[in-house]
Amino acid sequence: MIIQTLAFYLFSIITIVAAVMVISARNPVHSVLFLILAFFNSAGLFVLLGAEFLAMVMVVVYVGAVAVLFMFVVMMLDVNIAELRQGFLQYLPLGGIVGLVLLMELAVVAGGFVISPEVSERFAAPIPVPSDIANTEALGNIIYTKYVYFFQAAGIILLVAMIGAIVLTHRSREGTRKQRISNQVNRRPEDTIEIKKVSTGSGI
Amino acid sequence: MTEFWWVYLWPVLWIVIKILLLVVPLLIGVAYLTYAERKVIGAMHLRRGPNVVGPYGLLQPIADGMKLFFKETIIPTGANKVVFLVAPMLTFSLALIAWAVIPVGNGLVIANINVGVLYLFAISSLGVYGILMAGWSSNSKYAFLGGLRSAAQMVSYEVSMGFIIITVLLVAGSLNLSDIVRAQQETIWFVVPLFPMAIIFFITTLAETNRHPFDMPEAESELVSGYNVEYSAMTFALFFLGEYANMILMAGMTTILFLGGWLPILDVAPFNWIPGPIWFALKMAFVLFIFLWVRATFPRYRYDQVMRLGWKVFLPISLAAVVIVGGIVVTFDINPLGR
Repeated sequence: MIIQTLAFYLFSIITIVAAVMVISARNPVHSVLFLILAFFNSAGLFVLLGAEFLAMVMVVVYVGAVAVLFMFVVMMLDVNIAELRQGFLQYLPLGGIVGLVLLMELAVVAGGFVISPEVSERFAAPIPVPSDIANTEALGNIIYTKYVYFFQAAGIILLVAMIGAIVLTHRSREGTRKQRISNQVNRRPEDTIEIKKVSTGSGI
Repeated sequence: MTEFWWVYLWPVLWIVIKILLLVVPLLIGVAYLTYAERKVIGAMHLRRGPNVVGPYGLLQPIADGMKLFFKETIIPTGANKVVFLVAPMLTFSLALIAWAVIPVGNGLVIANINVGVLYLFAISSLGVYGILMAGWSSNSKYAFLGGLRSAAQMVSYEVSMGFIIITVLLVAGSLNLSDIVRAQQETIWFVVPLFPMAIIFFITTLAETNRHPFDMPEAESELVSGYNVEYSAMTFALFFLGEYANMILMAGMTTILFLGGWLPILDVAPFNWIPGPIWFALKMAFVLFIFLWVRATFPRYRYDQVMRLGWKVFLPISLAAVVIVGGIVVTFDINPLGR
C-alpha cells in the first residue's frame, strides 16, 4: 500500500512539473518532450487507479502517435529565441485578455459543477467492482453492446475528419514523374534485353 | 524489525532479484548476438568473421565493449547537450523495460499483467523517441534526416503491426501474454492458422527495429550513419546495444504470438523434458537467425518503396485480415481458453 502511495505522489508531482514546463520551456522541442513526460506519467496514474487499458491506450495513442507528429512538425521549425521574444510586450495585452477570459470561463464552469443526483446516489451504494472481469473485457462489453451506435457514430466522425484532411491538403501536381509499380513488376527481360551473337572482328 | 523486513524490504528485494535474473542473461545475449551476427554474415560471405580474440573469437564482444567504454564521449558544439545524452539512455532502457511482461516459461514472468500485449505495443511505440531526439539534438543534417526517416517509417509500420496483433488477440481471446501461449497449448501454434500474418508481422518487426532491408535511418551510403553519426564511445554503445536488445525483444514477441512461447515442438517424451525457458530461447534464436539471414540477403529498400509497402500493401492486407479472422472466430465460435 505504501509503495502505491509513494508511486502516486511520484507520478503526480512529475505530471504537474512537466505540465508547467510545457508552457514555460523556451524551446518548443523541449515543450513537446515535457508534454510526452506528462502523458506518460498520467498513464502511470491510470494504472494506479486500476484502469490499465486506458493507461496503455493513452501511451499508444497520445505518446506513440499524436506526440510523434507534434515532434515531427516542431523539430522542423527554425526557432530563433531572440526573435520569438521580440514582440512579447506588443502581444502581452491581447494575450493577457484572452487568457483572463479563458480563466473566467473555467472558473464559471468549475463553480457551477454539480454531480447529477443519479450519480450521487451511486456514491452511497457503489456498484461492486467485478474482480473476475478484466478492464478490457468490461469496456468491450459496454461499448459494443450498449453504446454500439454512439461508438459507430464516433467512428464515422473520425472517418469524415480524415477524408476531409486528405481532400484539403491533397493537390495533384503536374509534371511529376510517378513510379508505376505494375509497370515495373510486369517488365520482362525479353522486352528490354536483346541478346546478340557477336562474331569476332565484325561487331554488331 | 522482522515485520518491516518481510512486509516492505523483502518484496522489493525479490523484484530486484527477478529483474537481475532476466536482465543479466539478456545483456549477455545482446553481446553474443553481435558476435553471432558477424559470424553468420561472415559464413554467408565465405569469410571467417571474428576469430582472433579468445577461442573462436568468443571474447570479441567483450573486447569491443571495453574499447567503447574507455573511449572519450565527444559532444558536438551546437548540440543540445541534455537531449543528446538522454536519447541513447532512453533507447536502451526502453529496450529493457519491455521485458517486464515477457513470459519466458510457464509462470516465469516479472509482471503478469492483463494488458501485456498492449504494454509491449506501447513500449515499442516509444522507441521512436530515442532516434528522433538523437537526430534533432545532434545539430547535424545527416542525423536529422535519419531521425525524420525513422519517425515516418516506425509510425507507418506500427499501424499494420497493431492490426496483426489484433488478429492474434481475436483467436486467443486474451490480452495476457501467458494466456496467449496457453491458448496455443490448447490448440496449435498460431503460425499455422495465421500463417501469412506471421510473415507480415516478422517483416514489420524488421521495419520497427530499423534492420535491413529497412535500415533507412542509418543508410550509410546516403546518410553516413544516420541518427547516430555524431555519437561516440558509451553513448554510441548504448544505441548499438539498444538496437540489438530491441531485435531480441521483437524475436521474443514473434515467439510468443506465433511460435508458442515456452511450449515444446511436440508434447512427447524427449521434447518436454527440456524446460520452457530453453525452448523459448531456442525459438528466439531461430527468429534472430532469420533477422541476420535477411540482412545478408536483401538489398536496402528505397525510401518511397518502404512507405509504399507499409501503407499500400501491409495496411490493406492486415485490415482485411482483422475482418476475416474476426468473422471466422464469431462464426465457428473459436474460444481456446473456454471463457
